[in-house]
Amino acid sequence: MVVRENFENSLQELQVKMEEMTQLTVESLEKSFDALKTQDVELALRVIEEDNEIDDLEEEINQLAIWLMVKEQPVARDLRKIIGAIKISSEVERIADFGVNIAKATIKIGNGDSLINKTSLEAMKEVCITMLNKALKSFFDENMALAKEVGDMDDEVDEYSDETYKQLTGHLCERQEETNQLVQLLFVNRYLERTADHITNIAESAAYLIKGRKYDLN
Amino acid sequence: MNTTVIDRKTATDKSANTTEQQTKIAVKDLNLFYGEKQALFDVSIDIKEKEVTALIGPSGCGKSTFLRTLNRMNDLIDGVKINGKMVIDGEDIYQSNDVIKLRTKVGMVFQKPNLFPMSIYDNVAYGPRMQGIKNKAELNKIVEESLRGAAIWDEVKDRLKSSALGLSGGQQQRVCIARAIAMKPEVILMDEPTSALDPISTLKVEELIASMKKEYTIVIVTHNMQQAARVSDKTAFFLNGEIIEFDETNKIFSMPSDQRTEDYVTGRFG
Repeated sequence: MVVRENFENSLQELQVKMEEMTQLTVESLEKSFDALKTQDVELALRVIEEDNEIDDLEEEINQLAIWLMVKEQPVARDLRKIIGAIKISSEVERIADFGVNIAKATIKIGNGDSLINKTSLEAMKEVCITMLNKALKSFFDENMALAKEVGDMDDEVDEYSDETYKQLTGHLCERQEETNQLVQLLFVNRYLERTADHITNIAESAAYLIKGRKYDLN
Repeated sequence: MNTTVIDRKTATDKSANTTEQQTKIAVKDLNLFYGEKQALFDVSIDIKEKEVTALIGPSGCGKSTFLRTLNRMNDLIDGVKINGKMVIDGEDIYQSNDVIKLRTKVGMVFQKPNLFPMSIYDNVAYGPRMQGIKNKAELNKIVEESLRGAAIWDEVKDRLKSSALGLSGGQQQRVCIARAIAMKPEVILMDEPTSALDPISTLKVEELIASMKKEYTIVIVTHNMQQAARVSDKTAFFLNGEIIEFDETNKIFSMPSDQRTEDYVTGRFG
């Protein structure tokens, strides 16, 4: 007989909800970016609408975590796992909001020639998505090496961000008629840089689960 | 890039207490046998003065046996053999023959309230009277102080002459604690003192333990891990007659060092 089988099942349920929330957030980032590249306002609006689903999942995760603390009185690793679920779901929710912000930037840019190919934004987005998947995996698999990799990738995003900032501000002088789009892309650059910071916080929660102490991976 | 470990103590970290208490009880390589069967294996532990030390572990792990070695209660069982050192205040209690003095210094509270079928007053005054105290005013003072010390005075002060057995289980247990305090012990042993009590009475006894820490060194055996976490400064995890881990309670319940401790406190044992 597995001792505390019901508790194990509930922890598994918590993990499934976190995986689902992460999956939806990755889709939000992908779709908002597609919308930005193709200037697809319809798709951008859909990203904004679908964010409710992610917010609802965060609420469900919090409710389940609170109920498990009341019911199971977890200690040690179990408690760190549940605290981690609460903190991580809050970070993922914030990351999904950046997806929404990118969608809103798309709407503000409207039609015209896209300048996105003149930046490193797409590469940044790709790194962010890889980071997000790795950060969650490091938490679920309790893999410290993976958590540290996420910290290293945050440095990579910071470099892309600096590069993109220079590219965009350079264009601002040359293409004043594109000021609106360039300012919005500067915002997107900021959103992605912040996204990577929030993902790094997730990796720190994983490190706390594994080692029981605070790690600064930023 | 550098990965920084931040090792800061949290506000709830009991280990943040700056003053390290003196050792009250020093146990070194203690072995205990019930006839041929060995029940404790090389137990070594330093119990600090005016701290609460919790002993946890599954049934039959030796924690109650160990508790009873602290005031030689096991002497009453036939065939018990003990070796190793058990030093209280610098004196090896198994090298001394004065068990009465030891049990005055090291009081005990049991799992179930075990009051005598007499009045509340007489229960508390029983020990002091056995010690030869006859003076009424002195006895009154001891009874009142002991009942106050056990946080039960206000509930019983108007019925001190009534039978102690008419009290609720929780009240009876606190009178048992008062009876132990009346002997002016320095150490109080508690063997699952709340296992027969309702939740509110349990919380009252736990509050009492916390307040008694100022004056007494307390060693408590409990099966209730939340209780160990709430009341104790240090926790020892026993398994198969050995101490597997002994550390700050905060550490035992948040980041134990031994996988067996982790499995036990998270309820995955067996």
